[in-house]
Amino acid sequence: MADLTWHPARSHGGRDHRSLRVGASAVIMAAVLLAVLLVPPLVPMDAQAVDLAAKLQAPSLAHPFGTDEVGRDLLLRCVYGLRVSLLVGVVAALTATVIGTAVGALAGALGGWADRAVMRVVDLFSSVPHLLLGIFIVAMFRPGVWPVIISVGLTHWLSTARIVRAEVLSLRGRPFVDAAVSGGASRWRVAVRHLLPGVLPRAGLAAVLMVPHAIWHESALSFLGLGLPAHEASLGIMVNSARSSLLAGDWWPTLFPGLFIIVPTLAVAGLAGAWRERLDPRRRSELML
Amino acid sequence: MLDLMDITAGYDRARPVVRGVSLSVAPGEAVGLLGPSGCGKSTLAKVAALLHRPDRGSVVVDGRAAPGWRHRAPRELRTAFGVVFQQPRLAADPRLRLADLIAEPLRAAGRRGEAAERLAELVPRVGLGPELLGRRPHEVSDGQLQRACLARALVLRPRWLICDEMTAMLDASTTAALVAVVEEYRAESGAGLLAVGHDRVLLERWCDRTVRWEALAQHASSRPRAAVR
Repeated sequence: MADLTWHPARSHGGRDHRSLRVGASAVIMAAVLLAVLLVPPLVPMDAQAVDLAAKLQAPSLAHPFGTDEVGRDLLLRCVYGLRVSLLVGVVAALTATVIGTAVGALAGALGGWADRAVMRVVDLFSSVPHLLLGIFIVAMFRPGVWPVIISVGLTHWLSTARIVRAEVLSLRGRPFVDAAVSGGASRWRVAVRHLLPGVLPRAGLAAVLMVPHAIWHESALSFLGLGLPAHEASLGIMVNSARSSLLAGDWWPTLFPGLFIIVPTLAVAGLAGAWRERLDPRRRSELML
Repeated sequence: MLDLMDITAGYDRARPVVRGVSLSVAPGEAVGLLGPSGCGKSTLAKVAALLHRPDRGSVVVDGRAAPGWRHRAPRELRTAFGVVFQQPRLAADPRLRLADLIAEPLRAAGRRGEAAERLAELVPRVGLGPELLGRRPHEVSDGQLQRACLARALVLRPRWLICDEMTAMLDASTTAALVAVVEEYRAESGAGLLAVGHDRVLLERWCDRTVRWEALAQHASSRPRAAVR
């Protein structure tokens, strides 16, 4: 009798690659969250403490990331800056997602002329470079965290609105909506019970993918001097004020804040990508930066 | 009486799939509508159930012309129809457990209290085991899901049943079981039935009268114009 044992094919390298990426992202995010949540209450150092005698010191044991041009400890300032960035990133992404979901669901659920009108407004907003629009909004307020959040939130709901609208349109045409209508469900009930739950996973994913983007915007606005007040620890401000010393050969005041912008955002994007692949395995994840 | 009068309907005004069709179903009568795939009979079934607005024509239910379609039709008129669709997978909200799926029309009507009683009556009648009620659509077979969809269509005790290719996806024994459930319901309630399908043998055995699509429609889709565009 023939040997009927079955040997599963060996998995491709891609899968291990992916789990490595997810694992690394998770470890980085855990470290970042621990640092951001624990350092400010536990470490009794002042991120604003100036020590002109110790300015522009290279990384050492006392200052692992070195000091900046007025002698402030860079590691501490990086942690505080990341704290602000994460706050802005998460709140702005949530704001953008709530606006985008509401607009997209409204357009998709109403259909017809209302849909067309709303989506032309979305197109109109998309035609303006959103950093420019963001700068315009943030310039109307005093520097601070909230203007940055408002600015990023108000300029980043467009893609979410498009995603949610498309999803609602595709769900709306399915027979189970017909069945609900025939069963006596009101418009509101169809929207809340049948359409919205189908859209929420995708909206949640859009929110997470928006976080790195929002962090980059906060850094960009701060770099341009429009974000937070100049003395605050913000990664964008730190990169900006370190530019002059970079030319003198002092690399650490730009490198470390730069890494603190890039590495955590890539980690968030890595986790979001894994989530998207679970949600929709046929589509390869791409970064939304 | 359910009267479809001179219905022209479709998804593009320039190219209707149903042209000038009239059809009547008397209370307690079972009418089979027989036609090939893609001829527009499902569209006509949706119009009859007030789920699709026709370009022209009217639907008269018990002497009262339907004032609107979908949400614009009054709730008690919409729920006078129990609709069973061809593909149970698409006709079931994938997030609802079968018990919620069947009871959903009762909840939408604010009659949640009756749900337990109606479920206890309907579930054995359509041949579902009580252990299936906690499962979601992807955890049951097509046949089991279609049984649940039939129970959902019956839960509000409709006066008219519209079965759009109800058994096309099912094997012979499930088909026989579901048709028996429909007939049992009609015998006790006197509901009228419009059964749409392409299985001539089934429809002729099931229904009092079978109408061929070609006889109804004035050359409805005999000359498709899609290729010209």
